Amino acid sequence: MGAQLRVYRRRMRSVKATKKITKAMELISASRIIKAQQRVNASSPYANELTQAVTAVATFSKVDHPLTTPSVNPRRAAVLIIAADRGMAGAYSNAAIKEGDLVIAALQARGVTADAYLVGRKALNYYKFRNRSIAGSWTGFSDNPQFENAREVSSALITAFLAQADAADELHIIYTQFKSMITQIPVTNQVLPLITEEAPAGLLPQYEFEPDASEVLNALLPRYVEARVFNAMLQSAASEHAARRRAMKSATDNADELIKSLTRLANAARQAEITQEISEIVGGADALASASAGSE
Amino acid sequence: MASSNLTVEVVSPEKRVWSGEATMVSARTLEGDIGILPDHAPLLGVLVDGNVSIKAVDGSSHEFALRGGFISVSKNRVSVLGESA
Repeated sequence: MGAQLRVYRRRMRSVKATKKITKAMELISASRIIKAQQRVNASSPYANELTQAVTAVATFSKVDHPLTTPSVNPRRAAVLIIAADRGMAGAYSNAAIKEGDLVIAALQARGVTADAYLVGRKALNYYKFRNRSIAGSWTGFSDNPQFENAREVSSALITAFLAQADAADELHIIYTQFKSMITQIPVTNQVLPLITEEAPAGLLPQYEFEPDASEVLNALLPRYVEARVFNAMLQSAASEHAARRRAMKSATDNADELIKSLTRLANAARQAEITQEISEIVGGADALASASAGSE
Repeated sequence: MASSNLTVEVVSPEKRVWSGEATMVSARTLEGDIGILPDHAPLLGVLVDGNVSIKAVDGSSHEFALRGGFISVSKNRVSVLGESA
């Protein structure tokens, strides 16, 4: 076998092996999207009920709570960025990190110091590589977050919010919203101080509070932050799987293309080899024939 | 629209645990046990660890052990939000 042909065959084998891996990852992600999506849906009744309750308390009570009152002169903000633990998901992690950069730049333009809280190894590495300060980081659960993880993250955020000195005045969450299988967009949400969202349809009932409004609010707000963080994590996980599936699908398609063109090249090389052998034989026979003809 | 039943939903962060029509819900708040019957005034209460029991319309009763949470009642709609149920 000629050297050229051997090189082509070797490259084909390597591309085929890569294709098997990307194909497997594509299938795994595809099956996990569904599950992640179901978890997003399953968590939404809780988040909706909580949002409604918080809105009700915040609009009907004139309670002065640090978590609801916007600071007149905000100096410090906590920014939670949710990215992936693993790569191979196209621009997924980068998009969220870039969105985070924009938010932080906007905060600094307003004279607010931004503390970065990071979820996901990719975000952590990005910040470490650039020697930026990290206020807190969590890794290891980006593709399948549990409520425990959300609780851990939000308790750190709430602690920062209620700290005596240098407390954070704002909390922003950056996550990737799962719009559909093909569209996921990084979004920023201000969670605290509470922005009373547009009044839900219909008038809110005049609630009685047990034991009283401020107690309820005290207990409610941490839960609210937890629910928001958890929801953001679940959506991000669904988006991560969708992004990975898409990236792996295009990698598989690319491998197919490569295999096709390499097969063509290998065939051409084989043909050339055969042609050369034939012409060598013909040439040799010709030479023999003319030699024996000349000797007669 | 004074229906004589409560529409009850018990939800945890992970999923909806139970939902259906009931005639009575009782739970323990920070202030003590409360029982909620149809046409109860709107209420938002903080629950302590303990059981929430629901008497469903069909006569069966359901018990859920909660670890902290909330109960909100408005217009015969009761939602129980449990940290873990």
